[in-house]
Amino acid sequence: MAKLKTTTDSNRKINGNTFLLIITIALFAIMYIAGMVIFADKGFAKPQMFLNLFISNAGLLVIAVGQTIVMITGGIDISVGSITALVCMVMANQMENHGMSAYAAIAVALLIGLAFGIVQGFLISYLEIQPFIVSLAGLFFGRGMTSMVSTEMISIKNETFLAWANAKIYLPFIGSYSKSGKFHPAYIYPTVIIALIIVAIIAVVMKYTKFGREVYAVGGNAQSALMMGLNVKRIKFKAYVLEGLLAGCGGFLFCLNSCAGFVEQAKGLEMDAISASVIGGTLLSGGVGTPFGTIFGVLIKGTITSLITTQGTLSSWWVRIVLSALLCFFIVLQAIFTRMKKKNA
Amino acid sequence: MSNDVVLSMRDISKTFPGVKALQHVDFTLRKGEIHALMGENGAGKSTLIKVLTGVHSLDGGEIRIAGSDAPIINKSPQDAQNHGISTVYQEVNLCPNLSVAENLFIGREPRKFGFIDWHTMNKKATELLKSLDIDARATDKLEECSLAKQQMIAIARAVDMKCQVLILDEPTSSLDDEEVEKLFVLMRRLQKEGVGIIFVTHFLEQVYAVCDRITVLRNGTLVGEYPVKELPRVELVAKMMGKNFDDLADIKGDHKVLEKFEPVIEAEQVGRKGSIKPFDFAVNKGEVVGLTGLLGSGRSELVRAIYGADKPDTGKIKVNGKEVKINSPLDAMKQGMAYLPEDRKKDGILADLSVRENIIIALQAKRGMFHPMSRKEMEEAADKYIDMLQIKTASRETPIKSLSGGNQQKVIIGRWLLTNPDYLILDEPTRGIDIGTKTEIQKLVLDLADQGMAVTFISSEVEEMLRTCSRMGVLRDGKKVGEISGDQLTQEGVMKAIAGGDSNE
Repeated sequence: MAKLKTTTDSNRKINGNTFLLIITIALFAIMYIAGMVIFADKGFAKPQMFLNLFISNAGLLVIAVGQTIVMITGGIDISVGSITALVCMVMANQMENHGMSAYAAIAVALLIGLAFGIVQGFLISYLEIQPFIVSLAGLFFGRGMTSMVSTEMISIKNETFLAWANAKIYLPFIGSYSKSGKFHPAYIYPTVIIALIIVAIIAVVMKYTKFGREVYAVGGNAQSALMMGLNVKRIKFKAYVLEGLLAGCGGFLFCLNSCAGFVEQAKGLEMDAISASVIGGTLLSGGVGTPFGTIFGVLIKGTITSLITTQGTLSSWWVRIVLSALLCFFIVLQAIFTRMKKKNA
Repeated sequence: MSNDVVLSMRDISKTFPGVKALQHVDFTLRKGEIHALMGENGAGKSTLIKVLTGVHSLDGGEIRIAGSDAPIINKSPQDAQNHGISTVYQEVNLCPNLSVAENLFIGREPRKFGFIDWHTMNKKATELLKSLDIDARATDKLEECSLAKQQMIAIARAVDMKCQVLILDEPTSSLDDEEVEKLFVLMRRLQKEGVGIIFVTHFLEQVYAVCDRITVLRNGTLVGEYPVKELPRVELVAKMMGKNFDDLADIKGDHKVLEKFEPVIEAEQVGRKGSIKPFDFAVNKGEVVGLTGLLGSGRSELVRAIYGADKPDTGKIKVNGKEVKINSPLDAMKQGMAYLPEDRKKDGILADLSVRENIIIALQAKRGMFHPMSRKEMEEAADKYIDMLQIKTASRETPIKSLSGGNQQKVIIGRWLLTNPDYLILDEPTRGIDIGTKTEIQKLVLDLADQGMAVTFISSEVEEMLRTCSRMGVLRDGKKVGEISGDQLTQEGVMKAIAGGDSNE
């Protein structure tokens, strides 16, 4: 087996999709190393800076991986930002104003995501309504419901919840020395571990389960998938349900970071999730993409944010400006590769 | 049911609203036989296949398959597959983004502890490909394989599902000669293993190269079943077109002999890979030149290449003696060409727009966006052609979709006449319209030629062509194989030319 693998690998041409992923990883490395060199004096080179990428984007990571799944089916979900806001707001409201326990609040978060997934998935797959339109409705609905719960910001003071949010997990041997020579070990929060476990599970699901492969088949050519005996509608539906659940879960992680619910929260998060997927190698036309690639998409978004906040004088809007430029760049690259593929065929 | 019969369809009928698609058709497939299903447009081939594969339900008759005592009923392609009937379509129905192995096994992947066992799947796929002599790697992405290989992988998938009946629905349309030959090798292999193959194709050469038996359908009825060896090509063509070869009446239009030859359009070695082989073709001023051949022989492809609808990759085109570059239909229009596409519904009418808008649109496109026509100009143009072509419409503002087929066609003819073309291409202008309108259109074509227009006329009806054309280009299997004129312009002459090869074969 091992031998067989090496021979096939050495013969294999690098196809366009792999090439796109390599560009993404290289881009991330270049951006990050450039940051380490330019902002070395501001602490960009510290290991903690790298871990912060995960800490501040744990929620986005889970949401973006969900987005990747529906984008592989050829769909899209632009309601995830609103779902996140709603989840945060409801969790905050339940815990602060209704005395709900933090555990029950998690269940509520997941249920909200699941409900969105089921309703949107049903409309998209069984009633065959455009995913963009359905999730646009979801976007307005979610944001609207958030303000129905409360127009004021609700800060979370629930002790259990805050204990989770502030539980630093120190990593062994990794850290940095301060100017006085004191060792500061690097740390992460539980959110990072939860997010990475979820991404790993999804990666396995996509590669090693029947459902995962069927999602790729549907996205590759829905008509063919149908002719090969797959239940295309049910597969799409399941994909949206799973994505909704992940959005609920991502919302919970997001809430652990912000410890508050407010109407304007996570505005534009859907675009971060979509661009992270695309930059990570997911084709807008469906059929191609991996959770692994999406991690790099999220890391690139995180790096841009870090670079701009570290620089200090630029407006935070530059994050979205740079991100959208990158998004354009990758979409153009995808289009070029797709054209080349067609020519070769 | 005798022992070697794998599939028998008896007395099959199917009616769609307004159309009797199949009437009491019988079809029998024997073990280890390659059986061609032939017929022109609307003969009922695809309906028969769709009834067999469960895409359509049947209105009458029964389907029996070897190994089951009762007649089978297929409600879906899935049912058909479970009964051992697999189909491979012209368009490869596989997923390009998945690996070859996945495409072979999707929906029935080997699994270990609930997870897909990639190792076993790749191994099984490799064995399957090897056993059928298909040169593809299991781990390659499907999109990295050539179209022919993809086609063979689709067949491998079908065969591995334990099929007794394999339907190949025009699998060769987009393959080149070498690829077709490879496909034939695979077909013969399967034949030896006892699979019954139904081969639907337009290509006569291929039928005679690989098939054992031919069933001919026409207008939804069975014409007959013949062993290939006993049916000469020219008779096959006659049967498909519905002519009894022995008593072909001679229809001949009376054509004026051209006094001088002024070529309006000349194509030299124009061709496009995968659709039409390089051809020479010229039409003179005041001449109606027909293009004849069976469905799928490349009639439309030829004119589409001239018109720039499918950009040719070789050759050059001259208009009035000057070489021109035609990259798109708009270029062709600016050179004075006009093209009435074959599929009126798809390529021709703008269903929701009014008769007036449908008439003026080509002229407006030719003029460009910055020279809009005035309302008055448009109305005059519309009225002129409604009157001249006697288009039956409530008013010039009636949406074209509420007109009858024949009148829709007249609107489109009006559209192109309005651009005042030197060269008019009519692709099946009379299909699906009533006799009266047909005659009117034929007369119109002759009148236009008298006025000096060069016309190319394509029709499946030989009589109509004989009446209107003074010369005919003959196409077979995607290639222009010759031209006939003068004394050869008889039904018999045309059919012999279409059939080609040794007519007594």
